[in-house]
Amino acid sequence: MEEELFKEYQSRLPRKLIDDIRDNVPKSISAAKLKKVLEAASEEYAAALVNPGEAVGVISAESIGEPGTQMTLNTFHFAGVAEMNVTMGLPRIIEILDGRKELDTPMMEIYLNKAMAKGKDIEELRRFALALKETRLQDFVTEFSINITDLTVIVKLDKGKMKDLGLTNSKIIEAISKQTKMLNIKDDGDSLVVKSKSKDDTFNEVYKIKEKIRGLHIKGIKGITQVLPVKRNDEFIIVTAGSNMADVLKLEEVDSYRTTTNNIFEIEQVLGIEAAREAIVREVYKVIESQGLNVDVRHIMLVADTMCVSGTVKGITRYGVVSEKSSVLARASFETPIKNIINAALVGEVDELNSVVENAMLNQVIPIGTGLPRLVVRQPSGKKQ
Amino acid sequence: MADEETVKEEVKIDDVKEPKPVERIEPDDHYISKHVRSIVFSVLSPKMIKKMACAKIVTPELYDKEGYPVDGGLMDIRLGVIDPGLRCKTCGLKLKECIGHFGYIELARPIIHIKFIGIIHNLLKCVCRECGRILIPDNKISKTKEVLDAVEKEGSVEDRRKKLKEIIANLKTVNRCPHCKAKQLKISLDKPTTFMEEDSRISPIEVRARLEKISNSDAELFGLKVMHIRPESMVLTLLPIPPVTMRPSITLESGERSEDDLTHKLGDIVRINQRLFENINAGAPEIIVEDLWDLLQYHVTTYFDNSVAQLPPARHRSGQPLKTLTERIKSKEGRIRHNLAGKRTNFSARTVISPDPMMELNEVGIPKIIAMKLTVPERVNEWNMNYIKKFVENGPEKYPGANYIIRPDGKKKKITDETKEASLEELQPGYVIERHLMDGDITIFNRQPSLHRMSMMCHRAKILPGRTLRLNPSVCNPYNADFDGDEMNLHIPQTEEARIEAEILMEVQTQLISLRYGLSVIGCVQDSISGNYTLTNDFEMSRQEAIDVLSAVGITDFSKLPKKAMVNGKDVFSVLLPNDFDYEGHSRLFDPSKETNDKDAYVVIEKGRLVSGVMDKASLGEESGHMLRAIHQKYGKDFTIKLLQMLFRLGIEVLLRTGFTSGLGDTDLPEDARAKIKDTLDKANKDVNGLIDSYKENRLEILPGKTALETLELRILEVLNKARNETGVLVSKFADQSSNTMIMAKSGARGNLLNLAQMAACVGQQAMRGRRIDKGYFERTLSCYSKGDLNPDARGFIANGFKSGLTPQEFFFGSMTGRDSLMDTALRTPKSGYLYRRLSNAMQDLKVEYDSTVRDASSRIIQFSYGEDGIDVSKSENGTINIKRIVKTHS
Repeated sequence: MEEELFKEYQSRLPRKLIDDIRDNVPKSISAAKLKKVLEAASEEYAAALVNPGEAVGVISAESIGEPGTQMTLNTFHFAGVAEMNVTMGLPRIIEILDGRKELDTPMMEIYLNKAMAKGKDIEELRRFALALKETRLQDFVTEFSINITDLTVIVKLDKGKMKDLGLTNSKIIEAISKQTKMLNIKDDGDSLVVKSKSKDDTFNEVYKIKEKIRGLHIKGIKGITQVLPVKRNDEFIIVTAGSNMADVLKLEEVDSYRTTTNNIFEIEQVLGIEAAREAIVREVYKVIESQGLNVDVRHIMLVADTMCVSGTVKGITRYGVVSEKSSVLARASFETPIKNIINAALVGEVDELNSVVENAMLNQVIPIGTGLPRLVVRQPSGKKQ
Repeated sequence: MADEETVKEEVKIDDVKEPKPVERIEPDDHYISKHVRSIVFSVLSPKMIKKMACAKIVTPELYDKEGYPVDGGLMDIRLGVIDPGLRCKTCGLKLKECIGHFGYIELARPIIHIKFIGIIHNLLKCVCRECGRILIPDNKISKTKEVLDAVEKEGSVEDRRKKLKEIIANLKTVNRCPHCKAKQLKISLDKPTTFMEEDSRISPIEVRARLEKISNSDAELFGLKVMHIRPESMVLTLLPIPPVTMRPSITLESGERSEDDLTHKLGDIVRINQRLFENINAGAPEIIVEDLWDLLQYHVTTYFDNSVAQLPPARHRSGQPLKTLTERIKSKEGRIRHNLAGKRTNFSARTVISPDPMMELNEVGIPKIIAMKLTVPERVNEWNMNYIKKFVENGPEKYPGANYIIRPDGKKKKITDETKEASLEELQPGYVIERHLMDGDITIFNRQPSLHRMSMMCHRAKILPGRTLRLNPSVCNPYNADFDGDEMNLHIPQTEEARIEAEILMEVQTQLISLRYGLSVIGCVQDSISGNYTLTNDFEMSRQEAIDVLSAVGITDFSKLPKKAMVNGKDVFSVLLPNDFDYEGHSRLFDPSKETNDKDAYVVIEKGRLVSGVMDKASLGEESGHMLRAIHQKYGKDFTIKLLQMLFRLGIEVLLRTGFTSGLGDTDLPEDARAKIKDTLDKANKDVNGLIDSYKENRLEILPGKTALETLELRILEVLNKARNETGVLVSKFADQSSNTMIMAKSGARGNLLNLAQMAACVGQQAMRGRRIDKGYFERTLSCYSKGDLNPDARGFIANGFKSGLTPQEFFFGSMTGRDSLMDTALRTPKSGYLYRRLSNAMQDLKVEYDSTVRDASSRIIQFSYGEDGIDVSKSENGTINIKRIVKTHS
């Protein structure tokens, strides 16, 4: 009975409101009263709809731009206990809206599968977390030296650190030879002797080899520089500095449904554009909320949608969203006017004067808000003019 | 042709001396309003330049001995007039009527246009030097075209050109033309304007010749639309001369003429061009001709752009660089952003603002002097004749008068004492007078930076004595104004449409609900909040007094007041509320984490009676004001603004009777409280010392991913912050609960408990970038501490309160963080301003269509339904529809 009523109003109310009503209405409500409630709700909903022609873009821009002046600049706030610096505040918003691929402080929140998340075996959790951390050759090497007579590089290993990391000489050699095929590596107990496969090497080239192998990736996941297991709402998660979503999601222990990163570009690559759009909304909202400001999500959603309509994430810059505008004058009025006009002239571009600035420039009515409706008058027949 | 023109010149000068009665176009009432549908951009061909030119410029001279423009000179009157009294030889109109006409000069040798240098370079590289065909074999052309079209669709035209270059580079026959088998040489660009082929120079003549050879279809492949641009147009043979109206000369006080930068530059071009002509005709040696040619190239280049990287900018005699075409257009002060996208207005005023709480919220107080300068056009008709006549009689000197009278044909006459009588006689229906601004007129009030649509609202004029613009302090918040010397702007809309639009869309009451978060942006402020809090928080007054207060507020019906000798403050407050108003909410006392809250934490209004709860910022304040939001929802904007006005006065009236001040005594604490604070601080000090000791002895448990020192710092910060918070709790517990400072903090009117604690007990740790202060000398902050001192006081912990006073060191640390936050603000403003500009530029065209989709200017769908549910935030209650309220009222 009740469900039928709800169903009846489905076309008139968004699902969220129907669910809200269902949650708030007392169980014993009579059908007549429920109908009354639904009717009143749909009336209020209809009254709260946006008017056609409303300049929602400008409203969203204002709603995000205005509180921007109130945000603090260099907040390095602490995520969780007392760890990990994360860019927040205005710089973070600028970073997101620029559509940057390299972040100031990339970060991941890795959720774990049930067994591990409960944290029964803390040691195992710790070991798993540490295994994520990227280890390079230089992290456990005491010295890189060059044997000038043999033209070899001698890598002295720190056995203690290697044990902590669970590495053996053969594992290291395997990891190195996987990445470069032009090296011969000899196991010498406490050290490795690296020699180039090509025969006529100069000292210079050996030096280059030495510098190159320093940064070779040996173990863990590329890009993850710090790991920190944290307890959040009765379960353990791993917070990392540095981000590499593609590789982390491949791990079996990871709950791939909830694991996230703050790098929107990575999300776009791994999960697609809709996920990226969601990530933009979430990340911007997080910053605004943390500053104690009140901005409706709808505004952020609209910004995220303009960034994502083209199918890839485009920044709000002259190279991104603005470059996609159809109007020459609108682009020129933003940045680099000369370049835009010259290029328009080369291809004989036509400005159809569909948007706001061009019409403001020409002192014409702008096609938005009250400027949108046009009047068509039928000429009375039989009369001239 | 040149001869003909000289003949004309004679005639023309006569013309000017005795102006012949030319048929004059009277400014008409009936404007033909044309609508520009679209604008096409293209490159002018030499043919077109000649066609649109009205004069050929042949001499660099500007004026003759008598000061008349020389014919064939740069100020030729055929190019338009900039002197009063002269008439344009082309269109016959006078100054300000003639919009100017183009001329041209014939360049002795072709000159490369600096702005097309990149594309010319690309073209030369991709085209055969012999036959002019594109370096792609015929059989591959159609396929290449497909690829390129796809690239262009994906990206831009620039990507297309890049791709084309790539394709050609990847062909095997790089060095041979696939069509005529001619050998191709490597072409490089010697910046800024010289092309080199291997080691020999390609002269612009040769460049032009090669571009001419390119076939139309090959140019199209390149992304050039031949309809609008032939490649050879990019090498100039004719140079258009802009009309004088766009480069007017200024007459200095000394009577000297100072020419525009463009005229200077053009003068250089014409002079060198003439010299080049002469030398070529005289058969001068090649080297001299080449030199002059290069010089001409330099001048033309700097004429277009005076900031080319490799060229020294052309300068005035004073050494300041000339502002040529590119500089005129670009940047914030350039034509596009300064004159086209932003415009100046008349009928506006600006002065300092000051508060006036007795004014209505939607009023603005305007000084009489301003009101007598700003005018409103009023049309005369049969019925308002007498009303209008009064204004004209008063004239411009007496308020309310009129400044101008406009005849139906558009002729505008100033009203003076002499003309007053005549004007009065003349007045008849169809005339328009510009009368002084009066009470109730519609004005638009604005404060920069206009970050909001609420930064520009419509107010009713209220003419007042004095010299400042006045506004109700409640509307400060949307403007973000205060009265420390802020200035604001006032605009008077001049047409009926503009006035109506301002009234319906921009008036203060229509802007009550923020479109950012769906709550009231306007609310009670400062004293009015304290007053309403005092009134509703266990306050009693005699009925007599209550009636006195209420009548001061503007209430005349006291039937709602209980008939008792003493009435409760809540009852007095309830008198303002409508009788059918129900509301449930929370006051600031409400703590969601607690199970049971104080009774006053629940604001309950039943049938227009405040049953429980105190009125504070949560119910009345700006940016929260939940009760105000509920009132607005039920009774609409006009009622809300009226109620707000009354609430505001009620608060002030109550305080007027009780008195309200704050003093040093508010921060007094009892002896034992002070002892407790001292204990807390001592204990914190001891804890820190313990931490430092354990650090020195390496006993400190190191946090993962941190060094020992970082761990120590974090732990110390933790301890000290905890200590400061504890002193805060002590202060809020022991300080006089009824003190006015406390009332302000509790009601949310001004200040908070932290401020009080900082005054009464302890200012706390000064932190920069989330760390204790560690800058200054080597290993210490100030020279009075020993090296490596990690104690709280040596690292910026201020143990004193503001009342007890800070030690010199503490004061210094305090000023460090103070300076840091000042810098922060100074750096943030331009950053956030740029972000805002980018956002609004990117999104300004988005609008909701009639099918409820959100689309941009090219009708691309951005969202299918605005915000996923189509709700307008400014019509919502904090972003949603209040289901709870609906359920409650209907079940």
